[in-house]
Amino acid sequence: MPLLELDALSAHYGRIQALHDITLHVDEGEIVTLIGANGAGKTTTMRVISGIRPVSSGVLRFDGQDVSSLRADLRVVRGISQSPEGRGVFPGMTVLENLDMGAYTRKDRKSLGEDLDRVFELFPRLAERRTQAGGTLSGGEQQMLAIGRALMAKPRLLLLDEPSMGLAPQFIQQIFRIITEINSQGVTVLLVEQNAQQALQRAHRAYVIETGRITKSGTGEELLADPAIKEAYLGVA
Amino acid sequence: MPVAHEGRVPVISTILLAQGHDLLAQGPDWIKFDVAAFLGQFWSDTIDGLTYGAIYALVAMGYTMVYGVLQLINFAHSEVFIVGAYAVFFTLSALGFGTSAPNLSTAALVGDLVLAMLVAMLVSGLVAVLLERVAYRPLRRRNAPRLAFLITAIGASFAIQYAIFAWRGPNPEPAIIMFRPEPVFDIGGVIITSQQLVIFVAAIVLMIVTDQFVNRTRLGRGLRAVAQDPDTATLMGVNKERVIVLTFLIGGILAGAAALFYMMRVPAGAQFNGGFILGIKAFAAAVLGGIGNIRGALLGGLLLGVIGNYGATLFGNGQWIDVVAFVVLVAILMIRPTGILGESLGRARV
Repeated sequence: MPLLELDALSAHYGRIQALHDITLHVDEGEIVTLIGANGAGKTTTMRVISGIRPVSSGVLRFDGQDVSSLRADLRVVRGISQSPEGRGVFPGMTVLENLDMGAYTRKDRKSLGEDLDRVFELFPRLAERRTQAGGTLSGGEQQMLAIGRALMAKPRLLLLDEPSMGLAPQFIQQIFRIITEINSQGVTVLLVEQNAQQALQRAHRAYVIETGRITKSGTGEELLADPAIKEAYLGVA
Repeated sequence: MPVAHEGRVPVISTILLAQGHDLLAQGPDWIKFDVAAFLGQFWSDTIDGLTYGAIYALVAMGYTMVYGVLQLINFAHSEVFIVGAYAVFFTLSALGFGTSAPNLSTAALVGDLVLAMLVAMLVSGLVAVLLERVAYRPLRRRNAPRLAFLITAIGASFAIQYAIFAWRGPNPEPAIIMFRPEPVFDIGGVIITSQQLVIFVAAIVLMIVTDQFVNRTRLGRGLRAVAQDPDTATLMGVNKERVIVLTFLIGGILAGAAALFYMMRVPAGAQFNGGFILGIKAFAAAVLGGIGNIRGALLGGLLLGVIGNYGATLFGNGQWIDVVAFVVLVAILMIRPTGILGESLGRARV
């Protein structure tokens, strides 16, 4: 049984249909990536999964249960956690407060310390800056904070929306390495990326989205070898 | 031409000088520039201004917190306040208070006043939450533009005012005297009364509690998160609707407490439109300190109270309080458009 399942899912912005019958699934333990051009519907898909945007038709299932109309904050309780596009770091909160926001819904407050240590292990830079305001961090540090914060929810499914956006090349490498590491610790990952090369190399499986429709799917290697994908997303003529 | 001038100019200047002298000596009765009075009353004006300012600040908290979370100027907050004043009036009337100070032991008096405050907090808090549910939430559900919220707020303000008018009529309720202000401290001739002390200390304590709640508790952190980035706050599992209700509730509770203190100063303060001016001044205080900023509301309220008092003494009568306060507000906003401490619930803290 897949952990996350989108079945003919559609979504609208006003009268404009942004997603058309999206069908995809993510199995427990996988890294699945959704690649596509700007405006193809990647971020909308993420927002529908986390509940920030409503589903207009179709079904969204998490852990076998229909969560299509479940409130967004309750989906976090179920185990869906997101690092949003643009990072969404709270600028007026310190690094520690931001991380604590990630654990907002958790009842087991006592084990927070261990998870904090784990996040600091993954991102030693955050430990150095723990009392600094989120708004004063560099872009790469904010991205680390956004991912670390999403991990503080102890998610079963981690949604990462464009984690490499706007980052220097050495940061991009580091972020992708860390995503693989997080996955190896047992967290299922759905990754949205414009950096298709890196994403396809890291992912077990991938979907291609174009103007709100899934047009291709396969394993990461399959899509990396696909000539049409190469031309459209990998910058190879 | 030069010849003609030679004779006239000195004459005209002499007349002007004479008139000017006259103006300075006697002055028209609508404006003075009484530096001696200003200096003489400086400390008592300061203390009294801080007392009034603490009341403005309590009401300003409601404006500033709702603005911080929703970017909405809740014009009906002045009515949330005045409903509290009615709650104080009815509670204290029922407890036997009237137009002369009651003969009670201190403990009994404190007990009655605390009860009146709790009732006012409850009533104002409920009205604020109800207002949010009836007036603002339906608009939010439909993603209404900001202008729709603003006009709804003004409409709600009038609706509550005239509901009170229909119920109680145009006149203020009879005065309620809670206690006779006794001098408590006498510092070099500057007297601080029991009334001033009670109002100032209680208001400051309430504001510190609120500030600590927002900055130290989990729910308060959720509130700051919604103020800084509502969508991301939701992704963290914060129930935004619950935070909004909480914000209105806190604002209403503080306005209810403010109503008790206001009635101490203005015993016949319960009147259908009695919240209007105070509401405007509290809103101005919020803007002065930096709207959306809790500590800014406190600072803005105290400043506005003190400055108004100085102006009234300097220019010779109480009608100058609001003129001076608002001129200073405009002047400060020209230099710091986001207010003294700047915008945003969370940003100013770090």
